[in-house]
Amino acid sequence: MKNTDALIIGAGPTGLFTAHQLKLIGLDCEIVDNLDKIGGQCIELYPDKPIYDIPAVPECTGEQLTNNLLNQLKPFDIKFHLSERVEEVKKEEKNWLVKTSGGNSFLTPNVIIAGGVGSFEPRKFSPKECEKFENKSLFYSVKDKNIFKGKTVSIFGGGDSALDWAIELSKESKVNLIHRRDEFRGAQATVDKMHELKDADKINLFTKYQMANAHGEQVLENIEIKHDNNEIKNLKTDYVLGFFGLIMQLGPIANWGLNLNKKTIEVDTEKFETNQKGIYAVGDICTYPGKLKLILSGFHEGALAARACFKLARPDEKYRFEFTTTSKSLLKRLGKKE
Amino acid sequence: MAKITYITHNNKKHTFEVQNGLTVMEGAVQNDIPGIDADCGGGMACATCHVYVKEDWFNKIPKKEDGEDDMLDMAFEPKTNSRLSCQIIVSDELDGLEVNIPSKQA
Repeated sequence: MKNTDALIIGAGPTGLFTAHQLKLIGLDCEIVDNLDKIGGQCIELYPDKPIYDIPAVPECTGEQLTNNLLNQLKPFDIKFHLSERVEEVKKEEKNWLVKTSGGNSFLTPNVIIAGGVGSFEPRKFSPKECEKFENKSLFYSVKDKNIFKGKTVSIFGGGDSALDWAIELSKESKVNLIHRRDEFRGAQATVDKMHELKDADKINLFTKYQMANAHGEQVLENIEIKHDNNEIKNLKTDYVLGFFGLIMQLGPIANWGLNLNKKTIEVDTEKFETNQKGIYAVGDICTYPGKLKLILSGFHEGALAARACFKLARPDEKYRFEFTTTSKSLLKRLGKKE
Repeated sequence: MAKITYITHNNKKHTFEVQNGLTVMEGAVQNDIPGIDADCGGGMACATCHVYVKEDWFNKIPKKEDGEDDMLDMAFEPKTNSRLSCQIIVSDELDGLEVNIPSKQA
C-alpha cells in the first residue's frame, strides 16, 4: 500500500501539468496510466500532428508537447505506473483506496481523474463467436511469440503492427495476412517486405476480406473470412491476431458513483471536484457549462484541482498563493538557487 | 441548411436540419444520435463517427482525403460505402442525405 497526497489517473498533458502544480505547491503525487507510455491521446492518436493552440507555443506536435511537459517535471520526483488500469476506487474513512490492474494499491485523500476519454482498449473483432477464443487462441497483442512456433497464425489488419508481426512470425509459423482492402498503411519498406514474403510463399495474403466467423469446440479450429463480394473462405488456423488499433472506453470509471454525462464526468468550476469529495476530474473527461475540450483548459483545471487537493492533504496548514518568479519556497522546490 | 437523416442500427430514422459548414458528425452529436461518439472531436483520429453512406449519395459527396481510409481500417465493420462523418461537410447540395450507423457503435 502506497500513501500519497494525490493520485492522478492519466498521463496525458493535463495529468502531467496537474502533477507539476501539485509538486510545486509541495504535495506529492503518483500517476497511473493504462497505456505503456506517457502522453495520452497526444502520443497515441496524433504524435506527429502539429498543435497550434497551446498558449505561447506557436506550433508543436503531440510528441514535442509531451516531451516539454516531461522536461518541466524534471525538478520533481514523480512515480509513474504505466500499463496499469485503475480498477477500483473505494472510500476508506477520510481517504480513497485505489487499486490497479497491476496489483498496486494507494491510500490518498485526493484522486484526480485526467483520463481523456477513458482508457485505450484494443478494438475487437465484430463476430460474437470470436469472444469465446479471446486470450486463448485469439489475441489483440502478442505477449509471447514462442507459442506460435510451427503453428498457423491468421493476422488481421493493415497497419504496422499487423505487417510487422506477419513478417516476424513468417519465420517459424504459417502466416495468413488478412486485410479489408488492397492498400496497407504501414511503412513502405515494411509493405514491400511483406509483398516479398508473399511472393516467396512465406505469407498467404488475403485482401478485401474481413473476419466473418470463428469455429472450434474447445480450441479454435478454423475461421471464415468474407470478401467484399460476399464470397466466404474457410481457413484452418491455430491462432488469430487482430490489430485494429485502440478505442477509448470509459471502463471502470463508470462504477465509481460519479455523476456522468454521456462519457464525461460532471464537476464544479471552483475545484473541479466531482459529486464525491476528494475526487476531481480535469481535462477532456470533465464537463461543466462552457467546457472546451482544449489542452489549455486542462492546464487551468489541473491547477485549480491541485489547490483543492492541498486542503485535504494538509488540513492543518494554510495554502498560500505564490509566484514562481519571486517565491523562495517555490524556487527551492524547482531546484533553483535562492 | 440540409436535412440529414441518421438511421440507427434498429432502423429508426432521425432527421434533422443541419447548418451548412458543420460536419455530418457534428449534426449527429448536437442532436444526441446514439452511435456517433466522435471521441477525437473531428480530428480523423478515432473512427468512432463511422457511417455508411447510401450508394447513390456516396458518389455525390466530396471524396475521401488522405488518411480517411487508413482510419476506416480501424472502424467497426467497414464496408465499401463507409465514411467518417466528421469528414463530410454539410452544404445545400447534401439536402436529403441518409447515413446508416453501424450496429456496434451504438
